[in-house]
Amino acid sequence: MAREQGRARTFTRRSLLLLGGQLGLFGLLAGRLYWLQVVESEKYQTLSDTNRISLRLVPPVRGRILDREGEPLAVNRPNYRIVVVPELTGNVGATLDALATLLPVGEADRRRIMRDVARKRRFLPIVVKENLSWEDVGRVAVNTQDLPGVQFDVGFAREYPRGMDFAHVVGYVAPPAEADLTGDPLLELPDFRIGRNGIERVYDLAMRGRGGTSQLEVNAVGRPIRELDRVDGDPGQDVALTIDAGLQRFCMQRLSQEESAAAVVMEVDTGEVLAAASWPSFDPNEFSTGIPVGLWRELLADTRGPLTNKVVSGQYAPGSTYKMAVALAGLEAGAIAPDHRIHCPGHMDLGDNRFHCWRRGGHGAVDMVEAIQQSCDVYFYELARRVGIDRIAAMSRRLGLGQALGIDLPGERAGLMPTRAWKEALHGKPWAQGDTLVAGIGQGFVLATPLQLAVMTARMANGGRAVEPHFARQRIEGGSLVDRVEEAAPALGIPQRHLAIVLKAMSSVVNDPRGTAFRARIDEPEFAMGGKTGTSQVRRITAQERATGMRRPHEVPWNERDHALFVGFAPVREPRYACAVIVEHGGGGSAVAAPIARDILLEAQKRDSAGRTARRARATGSAPT
Amino acid sequence: MDLRALFSGRADEPGLLDKLLAVNWGLVLLIALVSCIGFAMQYSAAGGSMEPWAGRQVMRFGAGLVLMLVAAMVHLRWWHALAYPVYAMGLLLLVAVEVFGRIGMGAQRWIDLGFFQFQPTELMKLGLVLVLARYFHALTQDEVRKPLRLAWPVLLGVVPAVLVAKQPDLGSALLLLILTAALLFLAGVRLWKFAAVAAVVLAALPLAWSRLRDYQKQRVLVFLDPENDPLGSGYHIIQSKIALGSGGVWGKGFMQGTQSYLQFLPEKQTDFIFTMYAEEFGLVGGIVLLALYAAILVYGTMIALVARSQFGRLLASGIMVAFWVYAFINMAMVTGMIPVVGEPLPLVSYGGSALMSLLVSFGLVINVYVHRNAQIGRSGDDGTA
Repeated sequence: MAREQGRARTFTRRSLLLLGGQLGLFGLLAGRLYWLQVVESEKYQTLSDTNRISLRLVPPVRGRILDREGEPLAVNRPNYRIVVVPELTGNVGATLDALATLLPVGEADRRRIMRDVARKRRFLPIVVKENLSWEDVGRVAVNTQDLPGVQFDVGFAREYPRGMDFAHVVGYVAPPAEADLTGDPLLELPDFRIGRNGIERVYDLAMRGRGGTSQLEVNAVGRPIRELDRVDGDPGQDVALTIDAGLQRFCMQRLSQEESAAAVVMEVDTGEVLAAASWPSFDPNEFSTGIPVGLWRELLADTRGPLTNKVVSGQYAPGSTYKMAVALAGLEAGAIAPDHRIHCPGHMDLGDNRFHCWRRGGHGAVDMVEAIQQSCDVYFYELARRVGIDRIAAMSRRLGLGQALGIDLPGERAGLMPTRAWKEALHGKPWAQGDTLVAGIGQGFVLATPLQLAVMTARMANGGRAVEPHFARQRIEGGSLVDRVEEAAPALGIPQRHLAIVLKAMSSVVNDPRGTAFRARIDEPEFAMGGKTGTSQVRRITAQERATGMRRPHEVPWNERDHALFVGFAPVREPRYACAVIVEHGGGGSAVAAPIARDILLEAQKRDSAGRTARRARATGSAPT
Repeated sequence: MDLRALFSGRADEPGLLDKLLAVNWGLVLLIALVSCIGFAMQYSAAGGSMEPWAGRQVMRFGAGLVLMLVAAMVHLRWWHALAYPVYAMGLLLLVAVEVFGRIGMGAQRWIDLGFFQFQPTELMKLGLVLVLARYFHALTQDEVRKPLRLAWPVLLGVVPAVLVAKQPDLGSALLLLILTAALLFLAGVRLWKFAAVAAVVLAALPLAWSRLRDYQKQRVLVFLDPENDPLGSGYHIIQSKIALGSGGVWGKGFMQGTQSYLQFLPEKQTDFIFTMYAEEFGLVGGIVLLALYAAILVYGTMIALVARSQFGRLLASGIMVAFWVYAFINMAMVTGMIPVVGEPLPLVSYGGSALMSLLVSFGLVINVYVHRNAQIGRSGDDGTA
């Protein structure tokens, strides 16, 4: 106990010593405050009240986004504002009355302003009206004598001249969220915007630029008197897209006749995406100034997915458009000779299950070209059975399916190429042969995005080279944009004769009277296209429906109807363009998707945007040799 | 687990109701007063709005008060038993932050619990006080004087300090070292040993300096003399002094601080909130806040003095030292007395993690008072054995 007391005594002594020290240092702080706030107060008051040097950040001008021809898709528009400083105004209500004779100042504006006046410090400018025209500014400027405390202010607002047409590709900007703040003071400026989606987001850092500083002499209310020094920043870099704005607009208009659809066109040799349209769309201009809540909810609730870029984020069973991949896998595996015929009686039996061909009467004996041309399902059930799912999946991956392509747009989905191992790992069930048959006609587990289908078509049409799709003609290197160097894509190792068979079959789909898309052919021979139709089941056909006859299309609810697909390339002789079209719940690929693809491929060739750009580049001497 | 066992000890010790009545409501009132100054300043920093800071802070304060009472009611012996687990958890989280921070490239100091972000450093401070108090509780005064006995507590303090310094959060690392030193001092370690350590450190400084790379030297120089970096921290300190000085004796009035508004001050709701406060309420306001802090400090120290167990004494003292260091470092920083370290002002600055851990810590101080007569054996038993 004596020891315990000794310990307590030591503690008490030292504790009081420590407390004394702590209070002493607090005293020092009080002294410091006295020094600053009483002794030197006058000096600081002068610094604060009469003339202060204020270092202000000058935000850089955000880089523009241009199409492949240089047409602006995202620009910065000067945003003229009228602000009122309550301290200089005196009677804000009277000033607003006077202003209202020159400009429409609504009741809601007035309430907001009066609330700010009551709440904010009196030397703060309060925005009266934004986005004013030059005429409005002029009208107010002439009358400033009668409008004390009314001032002008100019900032920049992001504008998307092509609006809806490019909402999904170009994306939009928004004020930085709390999570975006990195400590860079630029982000804290009230007008600063960062890329939130699309190209705006992927190339955001390069387009932001570097802020400058301006040293201003300011008076007590914070109004700049004169600029003392200025360090200029760097404006953001412009991003040039591979997209042809005219073709993009054409695609959007063509798709707008449908409820919900997507289309993508790319150059088969370079992978440059010329158009990527996703319908329905939205106006990105609404986003840059802060989207109204009601509109946002409406967009989110729309089952047709206006906010989604279906070209890269929509995943669909590819249906019969997948048959070329199965055919190539079969040829490579030696599972079938191209001229070998398989008999199609309209169905194929496997164990107790019967797998149906879309043509109930059957196609008779068909070889590979005829099977693709007429989209015979039985032929591909049998072929898939012979090849096996793993080899089909391997070929599909080489063609760009089942994996993210690593494009320069956000939200890319990977699609799905099932394998035995995949099913066992995920579903815990062994792979069934029936799964292989269904996969052979692009149904069941198989999923692909429209972009992947276009890449698949391009890789077949360009002689089997692993072309990579991209949306911008530059890439980011070390934080800034440099031009992409186009180099020949590596070969996929698919024999040319195999590709020739598949391309011949795709040509006959469109150009042979027996083909499923003959009605959607292009008549001018130099523009003729090849392709493949596809119809992707959204729900399983029940045995009962098969027995009693199918329901007529208009009897089926919209969201249970089949998706219509088409992949194509043109011109047939020397392919330059590949395209994929999907019309969600559109019905049949040949009736709905093929005509859209025809119109788009014809327009692409007539515009010949890729050729035009190459020729212009050659003319200015900047083309790679 | 039996709840009764959690809140009460031996049958002859006070029950839960007695303990609630024994809470130092005066201390709670002082804490609430200082916090209210915080709410008001966060309201002002947002330009006269509860959004985005003041409203959230009030809610966290409410939640923190409940946690504080729970921490105060749990029997002190439980805290004695929890010392090493809490410390180990803190250490583990620090290592986790180090690892995930590297991979995620994000802010390294935080762990996201979804509803609330959590700073492992906060837990570490509490854990360190607990383990050191426990360690010295078990030593007799003679044992404390043996130099070898000091290796373990020094290691307990230095390891987390190094981890925190790597984040890099020099302010918190320094606090952990100060805490260790203060507890060694209070436990009765001979003064000449402190002098010896200080001498060794001073002697080693030139050697360490010569081994630093150029950019590291530059960083240290800017830290010591911020005026060298006029666009960085130095600029803020100058602006902070202008704001304080122009506030004068009576201040510019609530919500009328011009400097703060004109965005001369960074993080005016957190690190520089005292500047804003003293600009708007002047010297008088500043002295009032200092007095409130001093009252809390004295109150806490008195609690430490009346506790009968060494564990309780050291626990309460350690927490009060941490509280004081925070307050002093922050106010000394914004008045330009010491370099910028970036520590918040306790109870006043906006920030959930810091507020919660402060309130829980105060809960422990109250706990020490409530259990001031509890007997805790050398190994944490109830002293009856």
